Amino acid sequence: MEGSFSINGEEVTVSFRPDDTLLAVLRKYGFTEVKEGCREGECGSCVVLLDGMLVNSCQVFAASVRDKKITTVKGLGTMHEPHPIQTAFVEVGAVQCGFCTPGMICAAYALLEKNPDPDETEIRQALDGNLCRCTGYVKIIEAVRLAARRMRENG
Amino acid sequence: MGDAVKKGFMNIGKSVTKIDSLSLAAGDAVFTDDVHVKNPLYVAMLYSPHAHALIKNIDTSAAEEMDGVVDVLSNKNVPRILHTTAGQGFPEPSPYDTVLFDRRVRFVGDRVALVAAEDERIAVAAVQKIEIEYTVLEPLFDIEGAFNKDAPKVHVDDEYAKIPVTYKPENNLAAEIKIDFGDVERGFHESDFVEEHTYNTHYASHCAIEPHAVLAYFDEMGRLVIVSTTQVPFHARRIVSAVCGIPVRMIRVIKPRIGGGFGGKQEVILEPLAALIAWRNRRSVRIVLSRREVFVSGRTRHAMRIRLKTGVKNDGSITTLDMDGLLNAGAYGTHALTVLSNVGSKTLPMFNKVQNLRFHGRSAYTNLPIGGAYRGYGATQGCFAFNQQVDIITRRTGLDVLEYIKKWHIQSGETSKVFEALGEGKEGVSQTIKSCRLDECIDRGADEIGWYKKRGKRIQSGPDLVRGVGVAVCMQGSGIPRIDMGSASMKMNEDGSFNLFIGATDIGTGSDTILAQIAAEVLQVPTQNIIVLSSDTDLTPFDTGAYASSTTYISGKAVESCAREIARQITGRAAMLLETNEDRIFFREAAAVDEKTGKTVSFEEICLHSLYQDEQFQIQAQASAVVDESPPPFIAQFAEVEVDNKTGRIGVVEFVSAVDCGQQINPLLVEGQVEGAAVNGMSFALCEEYLFDSKGRMTNPRFWDYKIYNAGDIPVMKTIVVNSYEETGPFGAKSVGEIAINGPAPAIANAVFDALGVRMFNLPMTPERVWMRMKEEGVI
Repeated sequence: MEGSFSINGEEVTVSFRPDDTLLAVLRKYGFTEVKEGCREGECGSCVVLLDGMLVNSCQVFAASVRDKKITTVKGLGTMHEPHPIQTAFVEVGAVQCGFCTPGMICAAYALLEKNPDPDETEIRQALDGNLCRCTGYVKIIEAVRLAARRMRENG
Repeated sequence: MGDAVKKGFMNIGKSVTKIDSLSLAAGDAVFTDDVHVKNPLYVAMLYSPHAHALIKNIDTSAAEEMDGVVDVLSNKNVPRILHTTAGQGFPEPSPYDTVLFDRRVRFVGDRVALVAAEDERIAVAAVQKIEIEYTVLEPLFDIEGAFNKDAPKVHVDDEYAKIPVTYKPENNLAAEIKIDFGDVERGFHESDFVEEHTYNTHYASHCAIEPHAVLAYFDEMGRLVIVSTTQVPFHARRIVSAVCGIPVRMIRVIKPRIGGGFGGKQEVILEPLAALIAWRNRRSVRIVLSRREVFVSGRTRHAMRIRLKTGVKNDGSITTLDMDGLLNAGAYGTHALTVLSNVGSKTLPMFNKVQNLRFHGRSAYTNLPIGGAYRGYGATQGCFAFNQQVDIITRRTGLDVLEYIKKWHIQSGETSKVFEALGEGKEGVSQTIKSCRLDECIDRGADEIGWYKKRGKRIQSGPDLVRGVGVAVCMQGSGIPRIDMGSASMKMNEDGSFNLFIGATDIGTGSDTILAQIAAEVLQVPTQNIIVLSSDTDLTPFDTGAYASSTTYISGKAVESCAREIARQITGRAAMLLETNEDRIFFREAAAVDEKTGKTVSFEEICLHSLYQDEQFQIQAQASAVVDESPPPFIAQFAEVEVDNKTGRIGVVEFVSAVDCGQQINPLLVEGQVEGAAVNGMSFALCEEYLFDSKGRMTNPRFWDYKIYNAGDIPVMKTIVVNSYEETGPFGAKSVGEIAINGPAPAIANAVFDALGVRMFNLPMTPERVWMRMKEEGVI
């Protein structure tokens, strides 16, 4: 079957099978910044924003979200024009292997969209669906706090 | 060149931004499965449903007949070449007991066959059509009974040890180590009391968030390119060549970005399979394991039983120490010898003043998942026992545990016979400790957690909540002396930048950045002027890879000496351009300076001149490093816990790590290593657990049921790095990659005792286990 999506602001029409997950479709068509860590909705490496809502793309059928707006980490910022959350992750040392990072950044973005001034507990809760085995989360939490402050200061 | 590098660091000790982090944060960095390969074959595996069985017959015809199936591999068509998947140097200290597809299956999850097909669904469907007739055999699950005469035998064919070590598969003995100093029995005789306890540590999965993956394809010259999530690209090339019969010259292994390793990706499991399929079919191949496959058929931390028996005088002096370790190797003996060796070699030297010492370790084959390398590498298991034993002794003698450790632990200028006795499959290397700031680690860590205000106070923090604090001290190593080798090559570019080529393998730790900082420091240029290319067997020189906490220390020394040779060449050209003597030249901010006249010539001018002007040559160099010792980093870790004395649930309130890793190359990355390892250690201690049914099947191979710590679980974390300098290390550095994973389990167990008076001898310390122990001890 065919379907169109708005991915990071671009209209994309692709073909896929009815039972293909959104994750499989995104990766197949080159959006490899969306990572696959478990395929069971637990690690959070594959999270994207679906019409602004954070979802595990491995748990969503592509067919069920046709014509929707999908944002991956690349839709938030790029190497040349990084989003403040990406910059904060880099600066405080929140990126080690970096496999969980795209998902973490999407989760942080979803949080800060709703709550620009989260406290530590709210940050932890917002990230608790994203597993990281390298950092121990300390610097990830710090990065989200820093990004929130900067985003508030800069409007 | 004189003292070309002026004192005061420009790059070392600075939190230089990890060079790949922006690319990773932006989603541009390429991991193995992100590499685009045209029309690869997809692979699905068939695994044994039995813990122990002989394969009577394999019928692959139905699978082969399916549309889209290209190849089916099993013991029928793959030569039986014994090897080890351990991914160690050559010859490996792990036994050659593994073949790609065997006639016997040895655990639930052992590989039986695979299908390569045009797409993943076809492969998965086809693999289910393979029919296997098994003769089911009695399995061996009990390590204590493994050496009994009538125990089922796991390996009875032609398995052998590659090096002269004790290896008796006919007895299920995968490895054995014995050392004995002084007179242990007399030591017991002279003691006032004996403490004898048995500690059990459990299976665990590395849980790198990226599962194991490999791609194989042919380049335009018909050579086989293997892109892999490997920690050991050069070992992978060697092992693929040996197992698949493909010449080394036809193989190129590339490690792109890798999503965590922790030892699990030291194992060369998938590369030979991908290579073989590619080679047979002249096709590209993609293999990516599912999370279930990683849990069940990947590698694990070896479960262990350690019995510690100490003879002690009433003043706390240890007259004798007897450690008996029994390691569950699982179905194959990969790392079964060397992890066992490290159980002793990373714990026993800690109290080097003990005169009478015995370590007897054995590794037993069982019909359970395979143990392997895992961050900590035996030190994790050994430290759990050792640090609780120290807590027990000091409580019985009424001594202050911190002062007691300070009195007994190894110090700078001291040695331990254990260093010489225990090596990697052979004797170790004698060494004298040159840097040990463990006392300061203990003092500063204790201050941070408020030790003396909390220890023994059993502070009530809620109706059923009581708090306690515990400590653990540990050491690790910095690479494997006289075995591991790192190397580097460099060349200069006309803007004064440098390409640095290293075989060293950054598995997310930041070693590319660390090694760039070392080169930049020698040359007095900003780190960004060093362009790093690592882990490509065609382009970079050899390195043993990312294991044994070796990269900063060993690969770092190779980079340092390579950069010094570059500096020598630059100095020569600078002297020529400044018309001065080489010994008057020093470097400052990417320029060479004549210290007498103050005249300078920039690196840019130097390189342009050397490439284009006169007596041209490429400023370039290469160097290798092998080390004569393995200076241990030291750590003191403190846990404050809150235990629910009705349910047994343990919450870690605060966790402090104070580490001596020599001179820090990059403080932010050091903290990252310590924090990440400490959280992994806590997760291991409290909630991660392999559950097996009576048939030896792992029943929880998924993150839903195998719980690892998330952002909501972590306590308040503090990391202290003490000022230290290791004279043999590059710019004074030692390692820091593994050490912090060892302390959490014993520190938490000691804290639980402080809170409840209940000793936790077995891991993990789940609420059920704590509650049962509280029942046994009558405190509930």
